[in-house]
Amino acid sequence: MARMTGRRVLLAAPVLLTVTLGVFAAAALSPFDPVKAYAGTAGLTASQETLDQLRDNLGADRPFLTRWWEWLGSALTGDLGTSAVMRRPVADVITERLGWSVLLAGTAFLVAVLLGAVLGVLAARRPGRLLDRAATAAAYTLEAAPAFWLGLLAIWFFAVHLGVLPAGGLTDAGADTVTAGQVARHLVLPALVLAVSQLPWFFLYVRQGVADALAEDPVRGARARGLAERTVLLGHALRAGMLPTLTLVGSRVPEVITGALLVETVFSWPGIAAATVEAATSVDFPLLAALTVLATAAVLAGNLLSDLLYGLADPRVGFDG
Amino acid sequence: MTARTARGLAATTLAAALIASAAACSTPGAGGPAGAAAADSVVVGIATEPESLSPLLGYGKDGNSKIFDGLLTHDASMRLRPALAVALPEVSRDGLTYTYRLRQGVRFSDGTPFTAADVVFTYRTILDAKTNNAAKTELDAVESVTRQGADRVVFTLKYPYAPFAERTVLPIAPEHIAGRQDVNSGEFTTRPVGTGPYVLTAWSKGEKLSFRANPDYWGGAPAVKKFTMAVIKDDDVRATRLRAGELDGAVLPPNLAKGFAHDKGRTTLAATSFDYRNVTLPTLHEVAGDPAVRRALDLAVDRTAMVDKLLDGAGKPAYGPVPTDSPWFTKGTERAHDLGRARRILDAAGWRPGADGIRVKDGVRAAFPLWYTSGDKLRQEHALAYASDAKKAGIEITTEAGTWEVIEPRMKTEAVLAGGGSPADPDFDQYLLLKSTLGGDGFNNMARYDNPAVDKALDEGRRSGDRTVRKAAYDTVQRELVKNPGYTFLTHIDHLYVVGNRWKNLTTQVEPHDHGLGSGPWWNVEKWQPAT
Repeated sequence: MARMTGRRVLLAAPVLLTVTLGVFAAAALSPFDPVKAYAGTAGLTASQETLDQLRDNLGADRPFLTRWWEWLGSALTGDLGTSAVMRRPVADVITERLGWSVLLAGTAFLVAVLLGAVLGVLAARRPGRLLDRAATAAAYTLEAAPAFWLGLLAIWFFAVHLGVLPAGGLTDAGADTVTAGQVARHLVLPALVLAVSQLPWFFLYVRQGVADALAEDPVRGARARGLAERTVLLGHALRAGMLPTLTLVGSRVPEVITGALLVETVFSWPGIAAATVEAATSVDFPLLAALTVLATAAVLAGNLLSDLLYGLADPRVGFDG
Repeated sequence: MTARTARGLAATTLAAALIASAAACSTPGAGGPAGAAAADSVVVGIATEPESLSPLLGYGKDGNSKIFDGLLTHDASMRLRPALAVALPEVSRDGLTYTYRLRQGVRFSDGTPFTAADVVFTYRTILDAKTNNAAKTELDAVESVTRQGADRVVFTLKYPYAPFAERTVLPIAPEHIAGRQDVNSGEFTTRPVGTGPYVLTAWSKGEKLSFRANPDYWGGAPAVKKFTMAVIKDDDVRATRLRAGELDGAVLPPNLAKGFAHDKGRTTLAATSFDYRNVTLPTLHEVAGDPAVRRALDLAVDRTAMVDKLLDGAGKPAYGPVPTDSPWFTKGTERAHDLGRARRILDAAGWRPGADGIRVKDGVRAAFPLWYTSGDKLRQEHALAYASDAKKAGIEITTEAGTWEVIEPRMKTEAVLAGGGSPADPDFDQYLLLKSTLGGDGFNNMARYDNPAVDKALDEGRRSGDRTVRKAAYDTVQRELVKNPGYTFLTHIDHLYVVGNRWKNLTTQVEPHDHGLGSGPWWNVEKWQPAT
């Protein structure tokens, strides 16, 4: 297990290198112009001379390989460079925002997995009954509903109609300090929306997995031996049914990251997702590279996590190598 | 009762309890206006967030920065008023030197006195080639800036530039802080210190900017003690949060502002603006460059219908960059919608209707493409309306959407639905739009308009310090635009703000194209007084 983790971590280095190089190449090929993005509306009245000077200052016309090499060199010494679009050191931009995104995505992920597992087991227990049919139908509907739309719906219902939860932000708009209580209250809606948008996947996987397991010989054998329903369901069926779900946990990480983007926008959540889009459309190399490394690392860690869980849940699966 | 129903009941009770407790813990200070209703605090919703709060990088260059002051400022009717200067500048006879006498006893919010050195530092840093300030073109006229003694600053210009004083509303940064950091990425860009009525207390990027009143403000302590700008990019979300009572005011597009029209607790304020939408008619295109085609389009377009249908009435027909209600507007240059006359002009110029109704002259079809920026609904609607009006006169305009990166290489010969507008001085828009030498310089003079009479008038207008001479010059420009339009101006757009009624006598300034932080009824939030 430790060996697998070590090998994966070693393997991550070349993967990350390749990905950042790819990002620099893709950004260089993209039609977006960093100078125009930097200048914004002022660029519409700026003289060509000013624009050329900006291009020179930002180093926007240098080949991407040079820029990548320089970025790599300083990144390895801990200097992530300066974000042109945020006018701040990249490290500052990320530390300011990353925590809030992790809090939001982590909470949502946890809620989605737990709720998905519970609902899935309940539905699989009595396939075709009301709960199963209602939950399955809801899951398919939710799968088709954009997180963005769910967010607006949630704001309308909970914030405007019922007036019980705040409609956005990290704290009350008028508040100056960030307190745990306020953040918790403001986290409810965005985390719930993000969780609900991810829920169908977990629910459908668990439901199918458990239902399949319930029909298999070991479970029938267990029932025949007179084991309690609870033991059969949780000890045998859920364990078998969770296996495909565990793979899913890892592969859903990128989805949660993209989902968080929309949710952060709707709820004015000051996370990293919005900065990612801005970095991409403004061809902000240093910020984009740092964010890509983070996202890639999250995906790699997600996959590693699901493989580890898989091994733990089913001893027959072993850890590779 | 079976085990299952018991469990179900327990789950339901638990859920209900959770919802109830969520509601309970939210009661104090939330549940609507209560959160924002502290007597001396204001929360407003804005659509865009600045990248930087450093005036050295362009923040607040048009005045109204809240954290900072400029040498001068604008009043409600956009007249220049002294701020950090004690009076309007003394201008030399040749229009080449501007002398400002500075206010004494002003302190930055960290307690350090404001001096002439700060003014010199600010302007020199902006003009420095290493400073990434995209708006520095606006200070092109400046040759040098020096201080004379402790309380005087002198600007020397390269050429006489009548509107120069309008440029000196830009905020002054403290040398003792900003001068010690990297100007492009230092801490000052997010933690500014200025002399203004408000002090930034927190900037949660992507969420909000929080300010508290500066009790020692030289202009008097503001009544609104706490001021928050919540950054809410999506229009619908902003409207919803305003309705939920989390915001005291917000900027809204016309269709959403309409929803608050009958709200007794809120007022809609329409800020008139210089924000125009126009169509560039590329001079180098064989159809769009023909003066007859340009004049015909100018008459064929139904501006009133655009104002009524596209803007829900919140705007005005535009006949040039100067709006019809500006003192700089030349009366009599309004053009009524006259399709018959447009057709006659085209007939006379030899553009004959072809088999498909589109006119042809010497084998050339009267057709050209019109680009608009993708995702901008208002520009798209203007472009489609323009194309449909043109079709009635026999000119075929194909609308296409793209980003600026796609549009820019085509600007030379293809039309673009553009926007702009700067209210402070007629020179600001007209020189950049119409001066022949600026054709194709960045985004300036996109149509490559070239009219010697206009060039001459633009120079007169910018060099003369005499207002009547300037007015005559800009009258010439506007009359020339009737004879040979390089652009079809469509509308000037009002900016709409919905604000709660807790404050009295709110006003708006004439606004530029750009929605800066200083726009909206909160342009003078430091002067707001409670309604009761």
